[in-house]
Amino acid sequence: MSTTSETSTAGALRSVPAPSRVSLSPFVGRWLLNGFVALVLAFLLLPTLIVMPMSVGQASYIQFPPKGLTLNWYQAYLSDPDWMGATLFSLKTAFATTVGATVIGTLASFALVRGNLPGARALQALTLAPLIVPHIVLAVALYLVFAPIGLTGNFVGFVIAHTMLSVPYVMLTVSAALHRFDPALELAALNCGANRAQAFWHVVLPNIAPGVAAGAVFAFLASFDEATVSFFISGVEGKTITRKLFEDIDYNLTPIIAAASTVMVVVSLALMGGVEWLRSRGTNRSVNLPKSVTL
Amino acid sequence: MAIATGSEHRSFAGQLSRPVSLALALPLVLLLGFAFLLPVAKLLVGSVFAPNATAEHWVRIVQEPIFLRILVRTVKTAAIVTVLAFLLGYPVALVMSRQGGRAAMLIAACVLIPLWTSVLVRSYAWIVLLQRTGIVNNTLLSWGVIDQPLRLIYTEGAVIVAMTHVLLPYMILPIFSSLRSIPSELNRAARNLGAGPCTSFRTVTLPLSLPGVYAGAIMVFILSLGFYVTPALVGGPQNLTIATLIGQQTIDLLNWPFAGALAGLLLAVTLGLVAVFRRILSFGKAM
Repeated sequence: MSTTSETSTAGALRSVPAPSRVSLSPFVGRWLLNGFVALVLAFLLLPTLIVMPMSVGQASYIQFPPKGLTLNWYQAYLSDPDWMGATLFSLKTAFATTVGATVIGTLASFALVRGNLPGARALQALTLAPLIVPHIVLAVALYLVFAPIGLTGNFVGFVIAHTMLSVPYVMLTVSAALHRFDPALELAALNCGANRAQAFWHVVLPNIAPGVAAGAVFAFLASFDEATVSFFISGVEGKTITRKLFEDIDYNLTPIIAAASTVMVVVSLALMGGVEWLRSRGTNRSVNLPKSVTL
Repeated sequence: MAIATGSEHRSFAGQLSRPVSLALALPLVLLLGFAFLLPVAKLLVGSVFAPNATAEHWVRIVQEPIFLRILVRTVKTAAIVTVLAFLLGYPVALVMSRQGGRAAMLIAACVLIPLWTSVLVRSYAWIVLLQRTGIVNNTLLSWGVIDQPLRLIYTEGAVIVAMTHVLLPYMILPIFSSLRSIPSELNRAARNLGAGPCTSFRTVTLPLSLPGVYAGAIMVFILSLGFYVTPALVGGPQNLTIATLIGQQTIDLLNWPFAGALAGLLLAVTLGLVAVFRRILSFGKAM
C-alpha cells in the first residue's frame, strides 16, 4: 500500500525522508492483522454452516466430523407430518406476509414521500419501531391481545403479526427508491393526461421496482426466520418451522433438526443471494440494508 | 396546492392531496395500531392495573435480589458482548475497507451470510458445538487436552460467545461504512508527512471511524439487552436475562402483570437509548 501511494501521488513531494525504521515489523503487523481477521471470519462462518455436514451424517446423535453419508434425515424430515405441517405453515405465512407488507408498505411509503400527511414524522418513527422494540416484548404483548380472540395458532393472526414486523423493511427500501426517483417523470406522465393511478402504475412503480422487490424479499425472510414472536403465538396446530425447531432443540436433539436447519439456511441464502445479484447488476444501490430481524 | 394549509411539509408540484395520502397510509396505521400499539399498551396497562392500580409489580423488580441480579447480568452481558464485538469486528472492517475486488467480496460474504441466516439455526449450532458430547469437548478429549468433558453449555460464557457471534455483523457493517467514507488522501498525507502505519491509524483512521463504532456499539448493546432466542437456548434456566425472564414469567408462571412490568422496563430502556443516540443510529437516515 505504501509503495504505490507514495510513487503515484507524492513522487515529486519526496522532501520528507522515508521512515528510518526499516524493519520487518510492518509486514509482521500486516500478517498478524490478516491472520486475526481470518480467524474472526472463521468464527463467523463455521457455526453458520456447520449444520450442513451434520445433516448428512449417519449417526443418530450429533457427531462431528460426521461418519458416513446419508440422506436419511432429509427423508425423515420430509415424511414427518409435524415437520411438513410446520414448514408449509411457515411458507404460507411468509408468502401472505410478503404480499401484505409489500402492498401496505409501498402505498404508505408513497404517501410519506410524495404526499401531504399530517404527523408524517410520527408515522415514520412508529413504522421503524418494530425494528427496535425487542421481539420478546412484542411476542408477549401480541399473545395477550391475540389469545382471547382466537388469533393464536392461527394463520390470520400470524400474517397480521408478521406483516407488522416486516413492513419496516419494505418502507425502508421503497422510501429510498422513491427518494432517488425523479418526480419530473411522474409530472410528465400527469401532464400527458395520465391520472394519478395510471402514472403510479406505469411510471413510478416500474422505476422503483428493484426497491419493492428487495423489500419483498426482506419481508419474506423477516417472516420465515422469525422465532420469538412465532414461538409465543403458535398453537398446537398452527405452528411455524421456527417454533418446531425451538421445541425439538429443547427436547429432542436429533439430526432431523440439522436437516430442517439446512433447509432454512438454503432458503435464506438463495433469496438474499438473489437480492445481491439484482443489486450487483447496477441501477439500484438502495438494497444494502442489513437484516436486523429475528431477535 | 401552492398554499400549505397547516401542513408540516412544503408543498410541491405533483404532491398527493391530503385525502389521498391519508387513504394510502391508512392500512399501515390500522396495522400498527392493532398489532403494535394496542398490544404494547395492553401489556403496560396490565402491569399497573391488576385489576386495581398498583405499583407492586414494578417495585418487585428492584426489591427482590434475584431479579436485580438478573438485571445486572443482562446489562453486564450486553456490555461484554458489545466490547467483544468491537474488538473482533474492527479489524475485520478495517481489512475489508482496504481490500478491493475478490478479497473484499469474500470478506463481505463471510459477514453477510451469517446475518442472513436464522438466529435460531445459529444458536442451535452453538449447542452442537458446546454441549457435553459436543464438537469442542470431543475434540479436546481426543487431543488429550482434557480428560473430563468441560461444562460449556448453559453457562454465561456460552451466552456471551454465541451472542457475540450472532451480533458481530451489526458491529462490522457500520464501522466498515464509516471507514469507507474516509478519503484515502488523508492517510496518504499522514504517511507522506512521516507518520508510520500505526501513527497514521491512531491519529487519522481511528478518530474518523468513531461514528461507525458508536453506531455499531449502540446497535449491538440494544439488541443484546432484549435478546431472547440465544440466551433461551444456550443459557438455560440458570442464566436468565431480562428477556428470558419475561418468557419464563409468561410461559411457566403465567404471571402476566409482572411480565408486563419487566417488558415495560425493557421497552423504556431500549427506547430511551434510541432516543438519546438517535442521531448516531444509521437507519434513521434511510427514510
